[in-house]
Amino acid sequence: MLANLAVYAGGIMLLLGAIFTLIATIGVVRLPDLYTRMHAASKAGAVGGGLILVAVALVEQDSSVSVRALIGIIFLLLTTPLSAHLLARASHLAGYRPDKRTVIDDINKNAEQNSAQK
Amino acid sequence: MSPDQFIDWVSLISLALLTLALLLTLARIIIGPTLSDRVLALDLLTLVAMGFIGAIAVRTGLALYLDIAIALALLGFLATIALARYILLRAQSGGDM
Repeated sequence: MLANLAVYAGGIMLLLGAIFTLIATIGVVRLPDLYTRMHAASKAGAVGGGLILVAVALVEQDSSVSVRALIGIIFLLLTTPLSAHLLARASHLAGYRPDKRTVIDDINKNAEQNSAQK
Repeated sequence: MSPDQFIDWVSLISLALLTLALLLTLARIIIGPTLSDRVLALDLLTLVAMGFIGAIAVRTGLALYLDIAIALALLGFLATIALARYILLRAQSGGDM
């Protein structure tokens, strides 16, 4: 009975993960500039992938599978923000400007301060 | 509805949603407009492919697919780092945008 309940929960997790991944791609297609798209891809994408890994662990109900799913989730949570940050920083330093509606640009301000101090 | 039937239906719906997500990401890779947008979309594409592999693992019951998903996530992370570095180096050497 409990095993069946875990299987149902895993199915719901799988569906939620697929919906989150779809929301991430809709954000990437519809948002106005690179930095807002990055926000959609890194957050919703990581949640979607993580939920699908949880679903695999819940449906299979095997300790070795669960450990590997947990390792995958930890890996995703560590690497997704890191790669988004690296890409945003590289793009900003390479001269890609944010959208006009962006009002705070901390990297630009810091760059001006640094050049003023020199 | 029995658990097997439920997993069958849910994995089918999830695969359909993930296919839609894959096509939308492909659209962003094609229309660009800048190199960084394409790199970001490729990063998201590996995440969507990981979701695909997870859904197929649930549908077929073969847990071995999980290892492939983890390896794919590692590959996508390394590719994004390398491409970010490429964008930075290209800008410093004065290449075109």
